[in-house]
Amino acid sequence: MTTGRTDPPWANARLHIVTGKGGTGKTTVASALALALASRPGHVLLSEVEGRQGISQTFDVPPLGTDETRVVRLPGGGEVVGLSVEPKAALLEYLQLFYKLGRAGRLLEKFGAIDFATTIAPGVRDVLLIGKIYEANRRRRDGRHKGEAAPVYDALVLDAPPTGRIGRFLSVNSEVADLARVGPIHSQAGAITRLLQSEHTVVHLVTLLEDMPVQETLEAVDELRSKGLHPGAIVVNMVRDPLLDDVALDQARAGRLHKASIRTQLADAGLEATPELVDGLLEEARDHAQRIDLEREQREMLEATGLPIVELPALPGGVDSGSVRELADLLVPSCVPQLEGARS
Amino acid sequence: MSPGPVAKQAPALDVDALLADPETSIIVCCGAGGVGKTTTAAALGLRAAEAGRRVVVLTIDPARRLAQSLGLTELDNTPRPVTDVDGSAGGSLHAMMLDMKRTFDEVVLAHADPDKAEQILANPFYVAVSSSFAGTQEYMAMEKLGQLKAAAGAADAPWDLIVVDTPPSRSALDFLDAPNRLGSFLDGRFIRLLTAPAKAGGRAGLKVFGVGVQLVTGAMTKILGGQLLTDVQTFVNALDTMFGGFRERADETYRLLSEHGTAFLVVAAPERDALREASYFVDRLEADRMPLAGLVVNRMGRVEATGITPSRALSLAETLEDAGGPKSATNAAALLRLHAALVRTAERQRELAQRFSRSHPGIPVVQVPALGRDVHDLDSLRQVGHALAGS
Repeated sequence: MTTGRTDPPWANARLHIVTGKGGTGKTTVASALALALASRPGHVLLSEVEGRQGISQTFDVPPLGTDETRVVRLPGGGEVVGLSVEPKAALLEYLQLFYKLGRAGRLLEKFGAIDFATTIAPGVRDVLLIGKIYEANRRRRDGRHKGEAAPVYDALVLDAPPTGRIGRFLSVNSEVADLARVGPIHSQAGAITRLLQSEHTVVHLVTLLEDMPVQETLEAVDELRSKGLHPGAIVVNMVRDPLLDDVALDQARAGRLHKASIRTQLADAGLEATPELVDGLLEEARDHAQRIDLEREQREMLEATGLPIVELPALPGGVDSGSVRELADLLVPSCVPQLEGARS
Repeated sequence: MSPGPVAKQAPALDVDALLADPETSIIVCCGAGGVGKTTTAAALGLRAAEAGRRVVVLTIDPARRLAQSLGLTELDNTPRPVTDVDGSAGGSLHAMMLDMKRTFDEVVLAHADPDKAEQILANPFYVAVSSSFAGTQEYMAMEKLGQLKAAAGAADAPWDLIVVDTPPSRSALDFLDAPNRLGSFLDGRFIRLLTAPAKAGGRAGLKVFGVGVQLVTGAMTKILGGQLLTDVQTFVNALDTMFGGFRERADETYRLLSEHGTAFLVVAAPERDALREASYFVDRLEADRMPLAGLVVNRMGRVEATGITPSRALSLAETLEDAGGPKSATNAAALLRLHAALVRTAERQRELAQRFSRSHPGIPVVQVPALGRDVHDLDSLRQVGHALAGS
């Protein structure tokens, strides 16, 4: 890497979608990315769509509702606004915004049509969830959704469903467009698909260097590409540096670390090193070496995708609102395009 | 309930006793995504089979290698015998992957007359519902579970124990909510609105709803477009005759799950989020009076060396590094640092698991140590099973 910063391939992205297998830290990374984008400074919307309240837990704020609520204000003036998108609220808002249905809208709810749409009808739920993000992306400071006014948000980060479902989630609009071949739903779905496939949208994948998350990441990358979506960075989370150098790792793996001299060293340093203790330490070293091997294999497979790989360290104390800021700082150089003025 | 200052030891979960109990006929593994649910289900199934039970494992979305380890090379929706299982105790193991579209098609073919079935299978709305509708997996998992259970009732039944891995839901609760959701939908006014015209011969049937119906259908036509609305109506009408049976079976399966003979195992990893979700699930199971057998905490960090605290290990490592000794000194220091890190991780994980037990006293727990490599053959599944049994 060069010393001067170059912008990532997604320099024009406004919508950052973050996915990953369960347990990889997807919500943490989405939160850190939102903070990183807000540090430019910017006004960033961070949304979740599964009602898990992961955002409020990460930032240690009260549970988010369907109103956009500020969760963090940064010293430089940037801020992150949180939103838990809920399909029913999104549908009612959508109907009000685009159809001004009035009494018919209330009747739809009374007759159970809203429940039908949000829980039973195929794909509608996902369409509504993405539709809300689409709306927020287009919203202008004058409250309109077109015109010359500046957009409300400089960037949007979506804590999306996990890798196993991401392809379907993001392509649901084209499926719906097929199902409703004409009419307003068709055109709305088409417009959303165009946004998702444009250079304004990028999908980042969070993984650990373990077999299953990596496998799912690779499958998701293929799927996203085949659907005309743009995978962005692969964020390798919870990376631990090897504590032994390569030579020692080789020896540890083969069980050839020199037991006697290590024992002598430990004894010289003042430890009463029983054979059991030394054996235990060597056993731990062997496990460690095997794990590092596995991680390297996984990393090579990720590199073969050709996507930029961004590493985030394991946080020894777990994640809290402070440590997520540390992760954000680490994401800035690789994931956040520089502002127009700052580019040379 | 406030947690006391001293953590009471959680009772140990006796997996072998659970598997051996002939009354146990269904084991449901549930929990957040990525905690090893499917692996746990497969390992339990294998262990039960080798202890003499005739077992079928129903997996929803297994990782490819795990599926291969069970001999599942394709998703064909039929239980297949797993080879290389030690059957000396008289047991056997079948495994299957759920294909939700196929299960749905089978339900239609089994419960609608041929003409109608044809009509349903070709309906574009049905095609979308059966393959991409968010809740379909839950409904179909319930349907399949019901089928497997019905087969188990036969005299020469190929299995007497069903181990289920729950779908990777948005929320772990979707699985339990599926029958109710279907029920409230079927009882709802909306479905009657959709089916009314055909049933009662046009507009006359709509009168039961009073005014407003035209407003509603008008609004729906405006939003959906007439063609989609027609597709939906055709679909609902076609399915109408079989909906009742559908719902009865879902209710039946739900009842089955709450009976003695079913055991829910909540699976978690020793991480804050996974354990929080486990708590949530445990509360829900208790609220629904579902038979909860206990909590499995997978992937606990292993420590091999004993007799040295992390802080002592780190201070010794520093001493060795400062002394600038030979290569073996550097290595010894690295081993000490590694050990300290392992102990710290293990301590944190134990603390997280204890926190769970403090807020859910009395729930049996088993902790399963992390394996060095991923599970992708029967031997490693045996190892997991061994660890699940706490041995």
